[in-house]
Amino acid sequence: MEKMKLIIDGKRLDGRDLSELRPIKIQAGILNKADGSAYIEWGKNKILAAVYGPRECIPHHEASPYRAVIHCRYSMAPFSSLEEHGRSGPSRRSMEISKVIREVFENVIITEQFPKTAIDIFIEILQADGGTRCAGITAAAVALANAGIPMKDLPCAVAAVKIDGQIGVDSAKLEDNFGEGDMPIAIATRKNELLLIQMDGMMSKEEFLKAISMAVEASSKINALQTQALRELYSTKIGEIGPEESD
Amino acid sequence: MDILDEIKKDYVQDLIRKSKRADERDFFSYRKIKVEKGIFPAAEGSARVRLGDTQVVVGVKLGVGEPFSDRPDEGVLSTSAELLPLASPTFEPGPPDESAIELARVVDRGIRSSSAVNLHSLFIEDNLVWALFLDIYVLDHDGNLIDASALAAMAALSNAKLPKYEDGKILRDESSGGLKIDNKAVTCTFAKIDSKIVLDPSLDEEKAMDARLTIATTPTNICAIQKGGKGGFLIDEISELIDLSFKNGDGLRKLIE
Repeated sequence: MEKMKLIIDGKRLDGRDLSELRPIKIQAGILNKADGSAYIEWGKNKILAAVYGPRECIPHHEASPYRAVIHCRYSMAPFSSLEEHGRSGPSRRSMEISKVIREVFENVIITEQFPKTAIDIFIEILQADGGTRCAGITAAAVALANAGIPMKDLPCAVAAVKIDGQIGVDSAKLEDNFGEGDMPIAIATRKNELLLIQMDGMMSKEEFLKAISMAVEASSKINALQTQALRELYSTKIGEIGPEESD
Repeated sequence: MDILDEIKKDYVQDLIRKSKRADERDFFSYRKIKVEKGIFPAAEGSARVRLGDTQVVVGVKLGVGEPFSDRPDEGVLSTSAELLPLASPTFEPGPPDESAIELARVVDRGIRSSSAVNLHSLFIEDNLVWALFLDIYVLDHDGNLIDASALAAMAALSNAKLPKYEDGKILRDESSGGLKIDNKAVTCTFAKIDSKIVLDPSLDEEKAMDARLTIATTPTNICAIQKGGKGGFLIDEISELIDLSFKNGDGLRKLIE
């Protein structure tokens, strides 16, 4: 099979430069029942994240006398991709992704404040176009902040990619499938500490270092969008509290 | 909450702060590794790896089947891992949990990304390819299952024979040669304990670690990375661990020659 070209005349298939992110829109607090929630549109990805807790830990035997336990469920809707109808329920892929996402939030949430409880994070991929775990983490961080859960940092995530021998950021689905390497990272931006890092494909050390520095640079833009989403939500609410007008 | 685990954790962390390890290893050396190939002649390929007191066996079986629709000219590789209940008091029978799935997927990723097995060579005819099943069986768990499993998997693959396929039948007694191995991917797993980093963590060290980093390499490239655990890594730390992984990779590859 002939290899698909992913860079044509210096531009990627969707017209982006190598260091350019897809358009990202984040909205905080959009579900009614959840303690915190966020919706993210990242390119063609459409993802909801919701947080419940701290609340009673079920099953009880998982509870810790020292800290809150974090549960995380990443799940893809069966209608979420262009291919045929997906299988619902957890897959091997979604179980691994749920685990690595949970570990990101175990790092930043100050769990010691809520012993014997659980904090449940749900990430639902409604439409997928590559980079769903990164977009899911970015949205879940906003949902946790919206739930008022204390965190050491507001993590965000983005993938670096190797396409046609070149390094870029934020891989779309085709680049994931036909590129030579994909490396999602999640980062605590205050210390530039990597909380999630996965890679598959072939990269030299030089390519790896370039990939990671481009991803770190992109993460500060994503972080700004997260804070902006939270600011939009809460600044409106403060405005609404203003003095009542008398008639 | 296991109180013994908490005590051991303090002990390991205390040692690490004094730049020591319980088994007196250097921070960046492996435990003793022993590799045996071809231990199960019924399987097309097999290997056992002992890494200190950790023991893993891998079996390779081949069948025929349909290719994936997006890769019609390639064989199908499928990797799974069983954390057998006899390997540890904490392993329970039942479907693979998230750690078994992660183990299988990380081993798979290193092999797949590096094209360790040439999947094109497993093409038979239109709509018919070899299906390669790689089964990781953990028999004794004393830490660092990823490196032991990845090494056993690579050893079993390099030991495997491809049966003959004639007139719609698999002739398992007649081999058409070994699998086409294009690359040997090996992994190095590091644990971060109390902000220090060690190679090849034992089980006690895994219980005390904040985070884990696995780097799979070929002689020239990184072919997979996976972080585990709640701790984080700085870029400079990862960069150093990549150098160490390349440095240790050649020695590991020699073990499976």
